[in-house]
Amino acid sequence: MVTTFHYLLLSAALFTIGVIGVLTRRNIMIILMSIELMMNAVNINLIAFSDRLQQVTGQVFAIFVITVAAAEAAVGLGIVIAMFKNKETMNINEIDLMKW
Amino acid sequence: MLELVLFYIFAAIALISAILVITQHNVVHSAAFLGATLFAVAGIFLTLHAEFLAGVQVIVYVGGILVLFVFVIMLIAVERAEHERQYNRQWTIALLTSAILIIEIAYGLYQGKNSFVLPPAVIPPAVPATGNSELVGTGLYTTYLLPFEIASILLLVAIVGAVALAKKRTSAEE
Repeated sequence: MVTTFHYLLLSAALFTIGVIGVLTRRNIMIILMSIELMMNAVNINLIAFSDRLQQVTGQVFAIFVITVAAAEAAVGLGIVIAMFKNKETMNINEIDLMKW
Repeated sequence: MLELVLFYIFAAIALISAILVITQHNVVHSAAFLGATLFAVAGIFLTLHAEFLAGVQVIVYVGGILVLFVFVIMLIAVERAEHERQYNRQWTIALLTSAILIIEIAYGLYQGKNSFVLPPAVIPPAVPATGNSELVGTGLYTTYLLPFEIASILLLVAIVGAVALAKKRTSAEE
């Protein structure tokens, strides 16, 4: 029997993989992909509770999360292209102009 | 039983591909594995009776966002990044922090495991008479109309922002 607990554990694992990706990788494309992974984990949470409580609210908010993810991907990739034009690199460690 | 098998298959695909996404050297491979993860998550949505969301996941994520990623990877050279060091210096402390995070979440979930079991009387009869898309659409256009409109404005801002970021600077602006 699959319970909500299973889904929440899966979601937590997926979220943590996303966090590890953001914290350890230097390639900005992979960091953006890790953020998408985390958003997916959040969606699994929302829909698991939507199914558990038999309410559609969770699914509606999952749609909003997907909207935000699409907006974030568009702006993020715009930043990547602008960054590549200026610095010719995808390595975030070389983007340290505002670093103290 | 079938539900359990499907859940474990999709969960295994999602987790393994997610790990491969963050460990690949080649960005194109990462994008491919991200696609596998997104499809597996769509399968998870199907096991949760969210058919509309599964369709949206495939169309918007795989058909939209992932293709956008692949386009950008195509536009910018990736050969050099492959031979550089892939992980930054703080990776040990990052792994440690993440391990603490997952232990904390898992412990919290395990402690509250029994609270997910609602008394049966609270749950209305499982299968609603109308379809899933109809329910989501009704919720989206009645109760959550204002957030829906705000989301559309957010998308508009994102479009304008992406164009403004990516366009060529004219000499007059500089």
